[in-house]
Order: sequence, then C-alpha cells, then structure tokens
Amino acid sequence: MQTITNTTTRYGWATIVLHWLIGIIFIGQFTLGFVMVRTQSQRTAFELIQLHKSLGFLLLGLIILRIAWRLGNAAPPLPPSVGALERRSAPLAHLALYVFQLALPLSGWALVSVSTLEIPSMPFNLFVMPNLSLPESDAAESFWASAHWYLAYAGIALVALHVCAALRHHFLLRDSVLTRMITPSSTGE
Amino acid sequence: MRARILGLAAAAACLAMPVNAAVVLGDATGSYTISQAGSAIRFTIGKAGGGGFDGAFARFKGTIRIDNNDVGRSKVDLTIYPESVGTGQGRIDAFLRSDAVFDATNSPEIQFRSTSVSRTGDTTALVTGRLTARGKTFPEKFTADLDGLKGGTIKFHVTGKVLRSRYGMDVGTPLYSNVVDFDMTLTGRRG
Ligand code: HEM
Ligand code: HEM
Repeated sequence: MQTITNTTTRYGWATIVLHWLIGIIFIGQFTLGFVMVRTQSQRTAFELIQLHKSLGFLLLGLIILRIAWRLGNAAPPLPPSVGALERRSAPLAHLALYVFQLALPLSGWALVSVSTLEIPSMPFNLFVMPNLSLPESDAAESFWASAHWYLAYAGIALVALHVCAALRHHFLLRDSVLTRMITPSSTGE
Repeated sequence: MRARILGLAAAAACLAMPVNAAVVLGDATGSYTISQAGSAIRFTIGKAGGGGFDGAFARFKGTIRIDNNDVGRSKVDLTIYPESVGTGQGRIDAFLRSDAVFDATNSPEIQFRSTSVSRTGDTTALVTGRLTARGKTFPEKFTADLDGLKGGTIKFHVTGKVLRSRYGMDVGTPLYSNVVDFDMTLTGRRG
C-alpha cells in the first residue's frame, strides 16, 4: 500500500501504471492513426477513425490524471551514476513528452471540432463529447490536420529517442533507470 | 377543397361522393410517369447530440398507376440511382456512394415496388411495398398525400422511415441514427 506514491528513491505504482498504460495507448494511437488514413475501405477507415477518437479522449483523461498526480508526486532523482548532461536534459525531454501528450489529443479534438464534416464524437459509444467551440471551416480543418500530423510525427520521434535512452540505461549503463519504472521494489542506487 | 375532392379516391366506392367529384376522379385514373422536374427525393438522418444531415437523390425514375375502381390495385414503382446522392458535402457524397454505404458501382439501383395501396383518408393512402437495396429486400411502408392534380399532372407528398441497417448500410450507427426519414415530392405526368 505504501508503494503507491513516489518516494525520493523510487517510483510508486500509480506513476508506473499510468506510465505504461499511457505509453501503450500512445504508441497504439500513432499506429492506428497511421493505418487508418491509409485504409482503402471507407467503412473500415470510418470505424478506425472513431476508435482513434475514443482512445484519444481516453488518453486525454489519463494524461490529465497523470499530470495532476505528477504535480503532487516529485520524481525520484536519477541514480548518482547518471552524468551531468543527462541529468539536465532528461527532465527537459520528459517535459516535452508531457507537452506532446497534451497537445496531441487537444489538436485532434480541435481538428474534429472545426471539420466541415461535422461528425460527432462519441467515445466508445458511451456519450456525446461536445466539440471545442471553434469556428468550422475547410481552412481551419486543414490547419489542425497538419498541426495534428506534425505533432504526431514529432511526438513519436521523441518517444523513440526516449525508448532508446531507456534501453541504453538498462543494457549499456546497466543502472536502475528502466527497472525502477517497472516496479517500486527497484530503487535508485 | 380541390385536393379533398380528388382524394386518393376510393371514390367510386364512396356512394356519398358528389357527381362532379366522381368525374374529376375519373380523370385521375391512369398511368403517370414520374418526372424529375417537379419531383424531389430528400432524406434526413438524425445525429447523436442533435441535428442531422440532409441529402437528396438527383436521379430516379418511376411510374404511378391509379385505379379508381379499386384503389388497392393502384401501383407505384420507383427506381433511385444512388450514384446521384448529394448532401452538399463532396466528401460525404463520396462516402455514401462507396461500398461503406450504397456501393453504387455494384448496386446501381435502389428499387421500390408497391404491393398494396390502401386509402387512409380523403387525400392520403398507405403504400406498402418491397424495397431492394444492395441486394436485400424488405417490406416498407410510405404515406402518400395527394398534393394536386392539374391537367395531366399529379403530385404526391410521400413520407416514410426506413431502417438502413437491414440493407447492410449500418455504418456510423449509433453516431448517426439507423432511421432514415424520407420526404419526397413525386410529380407524375400522364402517359
Ligand atoms: C495521443 C493521441 C493521438 C495520437 C498519437 C494521434 C496520432 C495520429 C496520427 C499518427 C494520425 C495520422 C496522421 C497521418 O499520417 O496523416 C492521426 C490522424 C487523425 N487523428 Fe489523431 N492522434 C491522437 C489523438 C487524437 C484525438 C483525441 C482525435 C480526435 C478527437 C484525433 C483525431 C484524428 C483525426 C480525425 C485524424 C485524421 C486526420 C486526417 O484525416 O488527415 N486524434 N492521429
Ligand atoms: C514503450 C516504451 C517506453 C519505455 C521503455 C519507457 C521508459 C521510461 C523510463 C525508464 C522512464 C523513467 C525515467 C526516469 O526514471 O527518469 C520513463 C519516464 C517517462 N516516460 Fe517513458 N517509456 C516508454 C514509453 C513512453 C511513452 C510512449 C511516453 C509518452 C508519450 C512516455 C513518457 C514518459 C514520461 C513523461 C516520463 C517521465 C515521468 C516523470 O515525470 O517522472 N514514455 N519512461
């Protein structure tokens, strides 16, 4: 029970579960987005886009939760073996990851809100998600579509870097950076 | 008043009918060819959260045969070309024509063939028939309201609801209602 919150030496379960849940859905969202806009069948494409919207809203909720949790739960300092450059760049990279996690669903939401197709959003067919109150037009739609596109590709590039960094810590530096994001029993040494 | 007298007319069967009305009704008897000019086939589909989207078919053909001696033997045939669907939004039109909805390439026609017509009021009738779309046929009902008869031209206002899921067109439910509300004006010219 005491392992839910972060301490000065380790991540707690709440941070860990949110990290991996969001991580999986985020990468899934990118893959789904990539596939759905290249799907030949219009019907399948339509259904995949609705699923993409549903998962995107779920993600937005989880991310808000995550940020709120993070504000009340400082991350444990990096293990002493970590170099000065990385010590300064890692928090910036994480901050950028948070920005992408918020900006992506918000830009997607803006995109469907201004779209002249006026397709409602109904996450998992549960309830109608209102549109953001932005004026709709073809120009606004293509603006948000490209914003969403750039954010998605830049975001996934940063995630790739992030994953490489995690793997480097585990396999090359052999420190606890990856394992402590897997279980609270792994503490920084 | 005029429309009333002209009522989809089981007139002959109606003893109380004034003599002159019977004469006019006699005029209604006959075969009419539905003309695109003066006719419109519109539909509306409700959307989750309110509102809906409207569309219309620009191309269709058909005939109306009115038999005054036996209204039940009147007949309506209507063929709609789904390729001609229009909603004012090109991307939606392309979606509707695709195999997601009408599959207009492989199923170029939507057909309605009436099987019975029964009078429900002075100027109204219930038209039952078989609707075929995308290779599936189901019985459907439409309400026809006589809107006018002048010279050799007869005009009906026809409404009805069709469940699109039965025809393999359930895409987008429940975001978009399964119920398609039809609202048609059919103008027929004698001959
Ligand atoms: C973290 C969340 C999200 C990620 C990673 C993401 C990623 C993507 C990707 C990779 C594409 C394909 C871009 C392309 O290759 O053309 C895409 C398209 C799209 N996304 Fe998202 N998305 C997210 C959230 C959302 C949300 C919340 C919505 C709406 C509520 C949304 C709506 C759309 C739409 C409508 C498209 C299609 C755009 C088009 O037709 O060009 N996305 N998304
Ligand atoms: C699936 C591959 C992933 C791996 C192996 C991975 C690994 C890690 C590791 C080891 C940490 C801990 C870093 C530290 O202790 O300072 C971490 C933190 C973090 N990860 Fe990931 N991650 C992955 C995917 C993602 C994705 C897809 C996102 C979001 C788009 C993400 C966002 C973050 C953020 C924001 C943090 C910082 C958490 C904090 O505030 O302390 N990760 N990740």
